[in-house]
Amino acid sequence: MSVQSTSPQFRQNAHQALHDVQLQKALGNVRLNFIERRAAAAGNLPEFEALRDQARDLRDHVLVHLDLYLEAYENKVLAAGGHVHFARTSEEACQIIVDLAKERSAKTVTKGKSMVSEEIGLNAALERNGMNAIETDLGEYIIQLRGEAPSHIIAPAVHLNQEDVEAEFRRVHTHLPRDRNLEEPETLLAEARAILRSKFLASDIGVTGANFLVAETGTSIIVTNEGNGDLTQLLPKVHIVVASIEKIIPTLEDASAMLRVLARSATGQDMSVYTTLSTGPRRPGDVDGPEEYHVVLVDNGRSNMLGTQFQDMLRCIRCGACMNHCPVYHAVGGHAYGWVYPGPMGAVLTPSLIGVDKAGHLPNASTFCGRCESVCPVRIPLPKLMRHWREREFERHLAPASARYGLGLWAFFAKRPRLYGLATSLAMRLLALAGRSKGRFKWLPLAGGWTDYRDMPAPQGGTFQAQWKKQEGGK
Amino acid sequence: MSVTAGPPGTIRVGLFVTCLVDLFRPSVGFAAVKLLEEAGCEVVVPVQTCCGQPAYNSGDRPDARALALNVMKAFSGVDYIVAPSGSCAGMIRHHYPELFADDPGLSARARAFAEKTHELISFLTDVMKYDHVTVSYPRRVTYHDSCSGLREMGVKDQPRGLLKTVNGLELVELKDADVCCGFGGTFAVKYGEISDAIVSEKAKNISAAGAPVLLAGDLGCLMNMAGKLSRNGSQIEVRHVAEVLAGMTTEPPIGAPIRRM
Repeated sequence: MSVQSTSPQFRQNAHQALHDVQLQKALGNVRLNFIERRAAAAGNLPEFEALRDQARDLRDHVLVHLDLYLEAYENKVLAAGGHVHFARTSEEACQIIVDLAKERSAKTVTKGKSMVSEEIGLNAALERNGMNAIETDLGEYIIQLRGEAPSHIIAPAVHLNQEDVEAEFRRVHTHLPRDRNLEEPETLLAEARAILRSKFLASDIGVTGANFLVAETGTSIIVTNEGNGDLTQLLPKVHIVVASIEKIIPTLEDASAMLRVLARSATGQDMSVYTTLSTGPRRPGDVDGPEEYHVVLVDNGRSNMLGTQFQDMLRCIRCGACMNHCPVYHAVGGHAYGWVYPGPMGAVLTPSLIGVDKAGHLPNASTFCGRCESVCPVRIPLPKLMRHWREREFERHLAPASARYGLGLWAFFAKRPRLYGLATSLAMRLLALAGRSKGRFKWLPLAGGWTDYRDMPAPQGGTFQAQWKKQEGGK
Repeated sequence: MSVTAGPPGTIRVGLFVTCLVDLFRPSVGFAAVKLLEEAGCEVVVPVQTCCGQPAYNSGDRPDARALALNVMKAFSGVDYIVAPSGSCAGMIRHHYPELFADDPGLSARARAFAEKTHELISFLTDVMKYDHVTVSYPRRVTYHDSCSGLREMGVKDQPRGLLKTVNGLELVELKDADVCCGFGGTFAVKYGEISDAIVSEKAKNISAAGAPVLLAGDLGCLMNMAGKLSRNGSQIEVRHVAEVLAGMTTEPPIGAPIRRM
């Protein structure tokens, strides 16, 4: 079962987020850290803009030939001794993984960070079937303890401050001395690492996502900074890769091109600390590796996006740069968006996957400032795609009636220049008269959305066009 | 309604004054006319309403197309269409071609029209090679880069370059000058609380810049920032950059009393 959405309550979610002092403090770090580092990394690589073009073209090429590449990829995985499972929906994907686990009497499943596993609700499915799912990425581990969803696609606990993490560790890790020092990030990390080490060793199945799937070789690639992904996939007897169908790229050469834009866009690193390639299970003579290697390819609505206005969204490589640069994300954080994927990419992808009737706020809650598109490594025209969702909403009359009538009334006048000229000229003269003593309004009828928060400057009086006509007529 | 061509040799500019300037701050329109004439253009002002952006960004393509068609008709006889706004100019330049992309009868016309459309300040410097003003404004000012101007129209160095030629003016850079002010058209009203959070951050940076005057090139953003600053009790004066460049700063700043009592 896909995770439940609170996207319809976006406005209330945002209201809460804006009044959450701890969250607001944590969000300050997003603004500080990611933006400068990305800018520096991009600036240090003269060919970065050309690489973005190349990455875009490469992803477009894959999407046009996705069926061929998926087939080629499947054949290579099989040839390497692995298994490939296709899942049309979240439910099917979870069932495949649960069945694999049950058949092997698995009790403990360790997981590397994977957004698609969040999307399909894998942890809940495993737990419903009596298994322990343990997140091994530090951020994921923290939010799993707290019973939360990720608030960011590469930094799942970015909504938390260090003291929040300390409090959570003290609450849960009760077997450790109460007077231990947890005041530095390093001590928190060491504690998590020690606890996770025992989980890795006890794990029956390791589940990871994939940043890329290479058709040429049947290889899955993950990038991490903690090394938890390697332990997740190497120590248990079974490695299951869960990935969405569009993660395919043709060749290892292409993977290197994509990796060059991925980390720079995401964290401003030239490369992530670990880039791990997995091809099939352990071969005779290999010193380590799983005995079984499975890939679960999840569609869950993506193939419906192919050939539509929203196909460009499938270029996404999940770097998070769009949300890192989004003023709305900075203001409200990731949870307000109400489903798995926040920020601008979520504002396009969420309506595609769960329906615009449920996620209608998301593509509207954007100023269209365009900063997301300006940093996207695969140049997804995010504002344009959000606008396309607004068009679908308009066609289906999903926008609130007040907004539709307001827009309709305005358009009626705007399409009739003479009438518009008369009406606006009169209205502005009256408004100017009313506002002349202060020069601004603290309140205006029907403008509460504006004047609740800021003053409305008064007009100077008389429209430009009326004054111009008078001036030109007098010449 | 269309404008007939002028004598050969003159550059005929149709001023697309924009709804907000037309309604709220005509002085920006007159400043634009003055700058364009100083740069050597002949300025005409066809009867006009709106570029259609509010409809377009609300998903209402039929009304957006109708309004775009009106604009293209009204401005059919000019060499260039110039707007004192990166947002409205960006709408015409980048989105008119998209609005008519699948209309064989209009797509070429929309593309040609788009190519003739410019934001005021960048038109002055990049097309008219007008790189020096002869006015004084002995004040310290800071400048906000409006999003559409910056990212759709490439307006960044042009206003700064011209401001540096204003006698006595000192330009101090604003922290995060390229970050949205939270206006976003109907967004400011539909999601007022989020917009407020964004403009509050902007107001903080403006106050920290230490300049008594804030300039920008788009009236929507300016009204949003001026409204927030005055709600905060700030005395910072807010103006469109064209007013300063044209030496037309006798009108009270945006949101200030029309007649001092």
